[in-house]
Amino acid sequence: MRVHAQRAGALFGGLAVPAVSLADWTMNMRPGVTSTSNEIFSLHMTILWICVAIGVVVFGVMFWSIFAHRKSQGHKPANFHENTVVEILWTIIPFVILVAMAIPATATLVKMYDTSESELDIRVTGYQWKWQYQYVDQDFGYFSTLATPRDQIANRQRKGEHYLLEVDNPLVIPVGRKVRLLLTANDVIHSWWVPEFGVKKDAIPGFINEAWVRVEEPGVYRGQCTELCGKDHGFMPVVVRAVPEPEFQTWLAEQKAAAEKERELTQKDWTLEELMARGEKTYQTTCAACHQPDGRGVPPAFPALRGSPIATGDLAAHMDIVVHGKSGTAMQAFGSQLSEVDLAAVITYERNAWGNSTGDMVTPKQILDFKNQQ
Amino acid sequence: MYLVFSFTMFLLGGSMAMVIRAELFQPGLQIVQPEFFNQMTTMHGLIMVFGAVMPAFVGLANWMIPLMIGAPDMALPRMNNWSFWLLPCAFLILVSTLFMEGGAPNFGWTFYAPLSTTYGPPSTTFFIFAIHIMGISSIMGAINVIATILNLRAPGMTLMKMPLFVWTWLITAFLLIAVMPVLAGVVTMMLMDINFGTSFFDASGGGDPVLFQHVFWFFGHPEVYIMILPAFGAISHIIPAFSRKPLFGYASMVYAVGAIALLSFIVWAHHMFTVGVPLAGQLFFMYATMLIAVPTGVKVFNWVATMFRGSLSFEAPMLFAVAFVILFTIGGFSGLMLAIAPSDFQYHDTYFVVAHFHYVLVPGAIFGIFAAAYFWLPKWTGHMYDEALAKTHFWLSFIGMNLAFFPMHFLGLAGMPRRIPDYALQFADFNMISSIGAFMFGATQLLFLLIVVRCVRGGEPAPAKPWEGAEGLEWTVPSPAPYHTFSTPPEVK
Repeated sequence: MRVHAQRAGALFGGLAVPAVSLADWTMNMRPGVTSTSNEIFSLHMTILWICVAIGVVVFGVMFWSIFAHRKSQGHKPANFHENTVVEILWTIIPFVILVAMAIPATATLVKMYDTSESELDIRVTGYQWKWQYQYVDQDFGYFSTLATPRDQIANRQRKGEHYLLEVDNPLVIPVGRKVRLLLTANDVIHSWWVPEFGVKKDAIPGFINEAWVRVEEPGVYRGQCTELCGKDHGFMPVVVRAVPEPEFQTWLAEQKAAAEKERELTQKDWTLEELMARGEKTYQTTCAACHQPDGRGVPPAFPALRGSPIATGDLAAHMDIVVHGKSGTAMQAFGSQLSEVDLAAVITYERNAWGNSTGDMVTPKQILDFKNQQ
Repeated sequence: MYLVFSFTMFLLGGSMAMVIRAELFQPGLQIVQPEFFNQMTTMHGLIMVFGAVMPAFVGLANWMIPLMIGAPDMALPRMNNWSFWLLPCAFLILVSTLFMEGGAPNFGWTFYAPLSTTYGPPSTTFFIFAIHIMGISSIMGAINVIATILNLRAPGMTLMKMPLFVWTWLITAFLLIAVMPVLAGVVTMMLMDINFGTSFFDASGGGDPVLFQHVFWFFGHPEVYIMILPAFGAISHIIPAFSRKPLFGYASMVYAVGAIALLSFIVWAHHMFTVGVPLAGQLFFMYATMLIAVPTGVKVFNWVATMFRGSLSFEAPMLFAVAFVILFTIGGFSGLMLAIAPSDFQYHDTYFVVAHFHYVLVPGAIFGIFAAAYFWLPKWTGHMYDEALAKTHFWLSFIGMNLAFFPMHFLGLAGMPRRIPDYALQFADFNMISSIGAFMFGATQLLFLLIVVRCVRGGEPAPAKPWEGAEGLEWTVPSPAPYHTFSTPPEVK
């Protein structure tokens, strides 16, 4: 028995060490770059230490019994089994501790819920499996998708520094201003999280949730979707670039100009080659997650497009399914997600790639007409 | 039979966990694709909750409650029979979905709509049917327990003289009857959404995806206590037995269990702090959740007080029981941290939560079941089990379990979300440690199978009361307990 006791002691001792060194930065939560996240961090540390203290007392008594009151040491059992005063005492003391913890927690929560007086509103929409950021009142928006190459995921290439935490177009916000996020989703429930901001909020179809953030330091901050949203749930990161005000204004002007230019493109006369080139890009960022880069799909959930009746048959039916989606399936209505140019390009691409040689070409104007017919 | 079934399911669910941990051993996709990974996490959760833990407790109840209250058998044997045979049917359906076109359910054991309705695989309908069947089975099991306890107690055994295991099961049975119909309701709504064109949870048809979560967690939170209360009961027998000292504060233990059960109905939205519950609701659920720590604390203090100044010895049941108290308390601490709503915004849906509920369920439910099994094995089989092997089983399980789940706290705090098949590079080290621990824990459970089989086959004959300090009616009859044990009820003073 003594051997067991020593072994137990060594083990429990070993267990206690990581609990204490939790404060070490590699194992612990990091303090963030917003006042909210710093308040959360201090709440977290307070409660952690309270738990450690309670643990030391309770386990201390327990281990003392384990070592001192062993039968093998000839300890005779006492026979007490009730004490109302003690029971009441150890009901009330934890209660008081809890009240003491609830007060700062309530204060922080009230602040987190105060989304009033925002200086910039951004609408965040979750899609399977990407984020859309729309700058409300600024008349432009864009999608943000994973930028890590498939080869790195499949271990054919060395993984980069920000493996799975990098996107093509990060969300850009100004430093020092209160930004309000309006979160919703297009298909299933997603959740938008950036640990350094202390902001995590679910994006739910049919609901608009509010959250706010005021970043104090410029930098790039990374997070992930935190609500299981299907196949590529682990592959839709959130990346936010916080920049100083003047830089933000320049960026804003550029984006607005680019959006304007995009609208003009709709009127331009396109050639098949131009549409194919643009369509391939759009296809790879928007469609390939389900229908696969080679158009073979993952039947039956995600049908193949290579040689499919829709991609090689009636053009109107093809436009209809891309623009309006197919209800009851994962096929979304892309009419509101993509520009007319991208819609035209991707349909053209699907009708001419992987041996689907219909030779059809769809122009942005046709898409516009198709949408207006409805 | 319940116990054999549940152990089979435990191994099946466990092997799925092995697949998960193997994939997460290193960053990058190696063994399985994300589609299959999601099916594994879903099935692991469903099988462990409904297939392993719940039937194991029903099995313990069927065997021990009649012995403890001096009854010949359960009150309703035919219903008992039916409720058992429904289980293999339900799980046959559930497991068969793995081989269906489109794969098994892949939306997590919490099956949030609309991922599980509009976007679910075709096999979802079978999954719903399986849930219905196991719900019926649980309700019948619960009715049987209540009928037995309320009608067949030995003369003189008043409610406040009942053994604690009986008490905790009585309360658990009422919880089951209260919440299983709610689960049946929510899956029926899903069924209607999928097959009959309603839109309970479809926002585009005027439905409400958040409604799903409210209804689900109204079932889901009491469910958590269904999986832990019977273990509380078993531990409350084992600790006094090996401390050779009566349980400290019997009455307060009973009240604490009652309080936990009642509180469990008003805390469900703490699983939903990030869905945008209004501030007032958020505060209410935060306070109510923190309140649960009080009765849970009382139970832990009582167990420690029972050990204090006892005369302790450490056979396998006691080892599991002591580990239960320590590790469950750690799980309780992380639960308290999660209850603080602002901090929960950081912890929610990360590996911190995974660590939390595995600390509550593995040392809580599973260690509780192991402790109970070793404690009563001599009574069941009439033989002593191999103590040295059982201790090996304990130490390997204990080390493996901590190695698997403790690093998950760090992963969660560092920002790793749950239910992802692949992760960023900074999470690599702890994931590898965790996987090694999980393989160790998983492999160790085969040892348990060996110990039980050897104990059934033979071994040193067990006396009527193999444990010096054990109390209760079950130890007054010979081991193994004869068929229809108490045909004339014993007198309890």
